[in-house]
Amino acid sequence: MSKKNRKNVDQAGTAPETNEVTRSDGKKQKDYTKSYFRYTLHEMWTHRMSYVMIAPFFICFIVFALLPLIASAVLSFFYFDSLSWPQFRFWDNYIYLFVEDSLFLKAFSNTLYYAVIVGPVSYIASYFFAWFINQVPKRLKPIYTLAFYAPSLCSGIAMSVVWLVVFANDSQGYINSLLLNAGLITEPIQFLQSVQWIMPVIIIVALWSSLGAGFLSFVAGFTNVDKELYDAAMVDGITSRFQRLIYIDIPQTMPQLLFSAVLTITGSFTVGALSQTLVGHPSPEDAGLTVMLHLSDYAGQRFEVGYASAIAVVLSVIVLGIGRLAFRLLSDKG
Amino acid sequence: MFQVDVDYLKKAKKRREYAPTVISIVLALAGVVSALPIVYLVVTAFKPAEELFLYPPRFYVKNPTFKNFSDLVSITANTMVPFTRYLFNTIIITAVYMFALIVVGTLACYPLSKHRFPGGNALFKLVTNALLIISGAAAIPSYIIITGLHLDNTYLVYIIPGLANCTCMFLLKQFLDQVPDTIFEAGKIDGASEWQLYTKIALPLLRNAQATCVILTFPGIWGDTATSTTYIYDEQLRTFAFFMSTLQGGLARTGANAAASLIMTLPSIIVFVVSQSSVMDTMAHSGIK
Repeated sequence: MSKKNRKNVDQAGTAPETNEVTRSDGKKQKDYTKSYFRYTLHEMWTHRMSYVMIAPFFICFIVFALLPLIASAVLSFFYFDSLSWPQFRFWDNYIYLFVEDSLFLKAFSNTLYYAVIVGPVSYIASYFFAWFINQVPKRLKPIYTLAFYAPSLCSGIAMSVVWLVVFANDSQGYINSLLLNAGLITEPIQFLQSVQWIMPVIIIVALWSSLGAGFLSFVAGFTNVDKELYDAAMVDGITSRFQRLIYIDIPQTMPQLLFSAVLTITGSFTVGALSQTLVGHPSPEDAGLTVMLHLSDYAGQRFEVGYASAIAVVLSVIVLGIGRLAFRLLSDKG
Repeated sequence: MFQVDVDYLKKAKKRREYAPTVISIVLALAGVVSALPIVYLVVTAFKPAEELFLYPPRFYVKNPTFKNFSDLVSITANTMVPFTRYLFNTIIITAVYMFALIVVGTLACYPLSKHRFPGGNALFKLVTNALLIISGAAAIPSYIIITGLHLDNTYLVYIIPGLANCTCMFLLKQFLDQVPDTIFEAGKIDGASEWQLYTKIALPLLRNAQATCVILTFPGIWGDTATSTTYIYDEQLRTFAFFMSTLQGGLARTGANAAASLIMTLPSIIVFVVSQSSVMDTMAHSGIK
């Protein structure tokens, strides 16, 4: 294309200088490309069908997820017993939470203890078991996937009938009976009663059922990895499985790594019901108390909704912070 | 030079020979550990009373019996509401919830994935971040909203608050993103309306993703007890899972207890086995990019 021609094209491409454009039927109409606001409004009107379609989801989302969350954040600055009108207390709830409430510290340290072990271990276990499953013959994959995923399909309550027998405090318990027969202990360990055993038992049961949606996402993610990459890597001298994992599998499954991380983070900080079914609530010396249980105590039993909201806000901020960190680390968009 | 290469390849081949064995052994062991408690649940449900309290405890069952299940029926015979009513409630609630969830989710994911409209990306980003929301954190405001809308003590309270499931929405959208836009453009050129594009093209293409949403939400709604205890005052409207949870406790009923747990767990596992291949297909696109 000659220089002259290109100039002509450029001129034809620029918008006319007036604020109005002539429509095909000869009438003048506002030029929406001139004002960003007008343009947006126009675009919104042309896509009105899109808004109608997303409306049911986002109405439910706003009413039942976003609004309660915002209300909770606001209520955390109030004293509210869910009957009389809320009284503004500013930072009082938070000061009490961090300075005076020793039970919260207990609950928080238990939750942290749980999250620091269950989060990373289940995350890494999910990844490696999925990686292993990817390397077995195709017909065996569904069986292994089912064997590993089935525990997370069982609710904590449904499985309590098993765990309460396995960890029973007397010699009837499977683990106690095994240890007694092996001569490792002389009297049964109080797994569900003694303070130092309560959290480990909860963690073991949680780990057992922790290969959930993230695990499925990994298994599926590995099947997506382009097999030609392995051949290409072979030419470059990458032969061992471990090298392939580092240089091909992990980079290729980055999106799944983030999705799974998000699910793991929220899951590991919201432990509560499991502790309640295994060791009861309140547990001996509050050894099984978690932040979620502490929260439900104040919200459901003592009707100190403002204070419960403050607990919820602190927990949400922690989860959101760690979650954003995961986004920063694992996503290219941030 | 050629000789060296052959040696290298031979070594590489040798080294790879034992790795699959190690992997199989690790997987088999871990798989057994993982499946064992569930197998134990099944075994316990069929144990006769004299085998339940053996010392030392025995894992397997010698004389399998259905007595635990018939016990369960006889325990429930004296309750005010027959247990079939609870079961009916749960089935209706689960079916309607699944249907509504998929309709709402697919309806929303289609424009978010295929239309470029103001706010679309921001809304999807909101959904992605909402994966980090702790659902139990705002229990009291939720309670106030739900009772304020007079949803309490109706079937709707089981269904409506859970419809905006961000994980499902996220998976549906990621899955639809993999479908080329040209299919929809072709449909548009052929004169299809947005509604037709959704029902005739998007919905059939999303079938696998729908199965995934079902399996991810099924255990939650099937085993839901919290809604029954919090929002339902009428015994007639409560769920099977709630009923089962009232039965639990009391060692004398361990057998019946296991039978009840088995009944609660089995449907989820069956749903997963049936839909596994579809689920895997969707999960392949689950990543957050």
